[in-house]
Amino acid sequence: MFGKLTWDAIPLNEPIPLATVCVLLVGIVSVLGLVTWKGWWPYLWREWITSTDHKRIGVMYVIVALVMLLRGFADAIMMRAQLALAAGHAAGYLPPEHYNQIFSAHGTIMIFFVGMAFVIGLMNFVLPLQLGVRDVAFPVLNSVSFWLTAAGVLLVNVSLGVGEFARTGWLAYPPLSELAYSPGVGVDYYLWSLQISGLGTLLSGINLTTTILKIRAPGMRYGRMPVFCWTALASNLLIVAAFPILTATFAMLLLDRYLGFHFFTNDGGGNAMMYINLIWGWGHPEVYILILPAFGVFSEVISTFSGKPLFGYRSMVMATMAICVLSFMVWLHHFFTMGAGANVNAFFGIATMIIAVPTGVKIFNWLFTLYGGNIRFTAPVYWAIGFMVTFVIGGMTGVLMAIPPADFVLHNSLFLIAHFHNVIIGGVLFGAMAGYSYWFPKAFGFRLHDGLGKAVFWCWFFGFYLAFMPLYALGLMGATRRMQHYADPSWQPLMLVAMGGAVVIFIGIFLTIVQLIVSIRTRERRRDLTGDPWNGRTLEWSISSPPPAWNFAVLPTVTGPDAFWSMKRHRNPAEQPHLVPLSVPKHSPLGFFVAFFAVILGFSLIWHIWWLALVGLIGAIAACLRHAWRVDLEDHVSVATIGEHERAHQAQVART
Amino acid sequence: MNTVVDIPTEEVSEGIPLSELGPASPRIVAAYGFWLFLLSDIIIFAALFAAYAVLSGATNGGPTGLELFDDKHVLEETACLLASSFTCGMMMLATERRQSGLTYFWSLVTALLGASFLALEFSEFADMVQRGDGPSRSAFLSSFFALVGTHGAHVTVGIAWLIVMMAQIGTLGFRPMVVRRLLCFSLFWHALDIVWIGVFTVVYLGAHS
Repeated sequence: MFGKLTWDAIPLNEPIPLATVCVLLVGIVSVLGLVTWKGWWPYLWREWITSTDHKRIGVMYVIVALVMLLRGFADAIMMRAQLALAAGHAAGYLPPEHYNQIFSAHGTIMIFFVGMAFVIGLMNFVLPLQLGVRDVAFPVLNSVSFWLTAAGVLLVNVSLGVGEFARTGWLAYPPLSELAYSPGVGVDYYLWSLQISGLGTLLSGINLTTTILKIRAPGMRYGRMPVFCWTALASNLLIVAAFPILTATFAMLLLDRYLGFHFFTNDGGGNAMMYINLIWGWGHPEVYILILPAFGVFSEVISTFSGKPLFGYRSMVMATMAICVLSFMVWLHHFFTMGAGANVNAFFGIATMIIAVPTGVKIFNWLFTLYGGNIRFTAPVYWAIGFMVTFVIGGMTGVLMAIPPADFVLHNSLFLIAHFHNVIIGGVLFGAMAGYSYWFPKAFGFRLHDGLGKAVFWCWFFGFYLAFMPLYALGLMGATRRMQHYADPSWQPLMLVAMGGAVVIFIGIFLTIVQLIVSIRTRERRRDLTGDPWNGRTLEWSISSPPPAWNFAVLPTVTGPDAFWSMKRHRNPAEQPHLVPLSVPKHSPLGFFVAFFAVILGFSLIWHIWWLALVGLIGAIAACLRHAWRVDLEDHVSVATIGEHERAHQAQVART
Repeated sequence: MNTVVDIPTEEVSEGIPLSELGPASPRIVAAYGFWLFLLSDIIIFAALFAAYAVLSGATNGGPTGLELFDDKHVLEETACLLASSFTCGMMMLATERRQSGLTYFWSLVTALLGASFLALEFSEFADMVQRGDGPSRSAFLSSFFALVGTHGAHVTVGIAWLIVMMAQIGTLGFRPMVVRRLLCFSLFWHALDIVWIGVFTVVYLGAHS
C-alpha cells in the first residue's frame, strides 16, 4: 500500500535531523497560522499564488532563493564546524553518513534552488521591463515554471524528515549512485526533485528566450537592448540547449535504478564515465547560465552609477555570445583524470583558457566604464567592485587548473572547492545581491537601507576570503573534498580560520534579514516616488515603482541604446500619450495545481507507491486539460484606470 | 501555404526592419516558443543517440542488433509514420480552410497510422522481451529500448494530444487559440518523423555496418 514507506523513514533516533525538522515544522506552522489568523489567504491566492504577472513571479523566485540560501548555508556551516573539530583523534560531531548527505544537499540546493532561482527570478522581473513590454511570451507557463521549481524545493526539504538525502555528492556520480551502492531513497529524492524543477527551468528558458527574441518594444532592435537582456538571452539559450541533457542523463540513471537498465552500472556492459561526460555536458554550460546574468547585472549597475553609457557595448555583447558558444566546448576539464589522453586533454585545456579572453574583455569594459565616471558608491557598486577583485582571482585559479598536469594534482582537492566557490560566491552571489539591492525599489517602491547593505557586503567579502583562502592552501597541502575527518593536526589552524570565515558570512546573512526588516519599517522615508531612484538609463526606470500590472501605459518607442536616458533628455512634458484600452493575462491556478500533483507524483515514485503515482500523473494531466478549455484568458483594463494611474504617477514625479 | 507562417510583408512594415516592429503576433510567438521546445526535445534525443552510439557494442555476450532486428518490420513501421506525416499535412490544409469534416477525417487517419506504428513497435519490443532480450540483458539493449522507447512515448503523447485537439475543435471551434495549438501539434508530429529518420539510420541501418 505504501511501498517502501514505513515509520522507520522518520529519523526519530538521529537528534540533529530531528531537531532541524522540528524547528522547520514550528516555523512553517507558525507562518501558516499567522496567514490564516490574519485572513491573508484570499489575497495570497489571488495576487501571488495564482499570479501570472512576471514581476510577482520574479519576486517569488527570489524569495525561494533567499529562503533556500538559509538552508544551504546551514549545511555549509555544519560542514565547516565538523572540519574545525575532526582532526587527529577527534571524530567531530557528524557521523559520516550524515556528513555525506549534508555536502550533497549543500551543493544541490545552492546551485539549483539558490543560484538558479535567484537569476531566473531577476530575469523574470527585469526582462519585460527593460524590453519595454507588458509581460513574458507565455505568462501562464511562467507560473507553471515557478511552481515546478517550488515543487522540487519541497521534495528536497521533505527528504530531511522523511527518509534521507543522497550521499553521493551534488552530481550523483555512478556507480555510487546506482542501486547496488545506494539502495536507499536518497538518490531518488535527488533525481525526482531535480527532474521536476529541471522541467520548470527548461520551460522558463524557452519562455524567456521567446520573450527576448519576439517580444520587444517598437524600435528595440538587438543592438539597442540593454546588456542585461543580452546576457539573459545567452543564459536562456544555454538553458534550452543544456537542461535537456540533464533530463536525459537523469532519466537514464532512473531507468538503471527502477527498471534494471545498464547504462552506467558496473555489470551488463554499462559505462559510468558516459554519465560523467553527459552530466558535465549540462554542468559546464550551467556555470555560465548562472554567471552570465550576473555579468549583466554588473553591467547595468556600473553604467548607471558611473553616469556613463557602458564602455564597449558591442564588445560586451560579442564577449557574452562568445562565452555562450565556448561554454559547450570545455566540459571535459572537469575530469582530465578520466585518462582520455594527452591530445584530448590539451584540446579541452586550451579551450578552457580561451574562455578567459572574453571574460577579460568584460572586466576591462567595466573598468573603463568606471574610469572617468561620476561614481556614486552605493551598495550595488560595492558588490560590483568586490566582484571584480574576487572574480579575477577565481578566474586565475581556474586557468591554473585548466593545465591538465596541474589538474592531476589538484583534482578533487580543497583547491578546487576554493576555486569554484571563488567564482560562484564572488560572481553569481555578488551579482544576485547587487541585482537584489538595485531592483528592490522598482519591485516594492522603496529603497533598501544602504548602510546595512554595505555592511552585508563587507561581511560576505571578508567572510569569503577568510573561509576560502585557507582552502586553497589546504588543497595544496593535500586535503581532499568531501572529507569528514583528517589525520594531520597541522591542517586544523587553517580549518579554524575557514570556520571563522563562515561565521562572518553568517553575520552577513543575518544582516540581510535585519536590512529587510529595518527597510520595511522605515519605508515611508525610503519611498521611491519618481520610479527612477538611481537616475537610471534603461526602460524599467521610466515607469512607476512598483509598476502597474500592465507595466507600460503605452509601449515606448526606442530610438537608441540606453533608451530611457535619451528619453529624459528629449522628452516633451506637455506631450500626453494617447491611451488605448489594453489587456493583462488573468491569474491562473494551473501552475499551483500542476506542481501540487507533481509533488505527489515525485514523492510516490521515490517511495514506490505506484497507485499514488498514477493519481499524481492523472491529476497533473487533468489540471492541464482543465486549463486547455479556458477561453477567457485576459482581463481588460479601461482607459480610465490606466489614465488614473498615469496621472497619479506624474503628479508624484512633479512633486519631487 | 504562406498563411501558416505569417511573416509581416513589406507593405505592413513600411520599410521598418522586422526587429524594430514591436511585439510579434500571438501566432508567431506561440510557434516560435514551440520551435524552441522542439529543439530542446531533440537535444534529449541527441543525448539518447549519444548513449546508443557509446553502448551499441556493449552486448555483454548477448545478441547484436543484426541478430535482433527484422528489416521488413522496420520498413512497415517507417511507412506508417511517414504516411502519417503526409496525412497530418492534409489535416493542416483542411484546418487552414476551416473545413471541420476534412480535419476530423485526416486527423483520424493520422491517429490510426500512429497507432499502427505503435502496435508494430510494441510487437517488436514484446518479442524481444519474451526471448529474454529485454533492456536488462545488456547495455546495448538498455540504450536501444531507451532511445526507441522514448520516441514511441512521444508518438503516444502525440496521439493523445491529437484526440484532445479534435475535442477542442468540436467544442471550441476553429478559434485562433485552437488553430495555434493544432499548428504546434503538426510541428511536433513532423519533428517525430525527423527523429525517426535518425533512429532508422543509426539504429536499424547502423546494425548492418
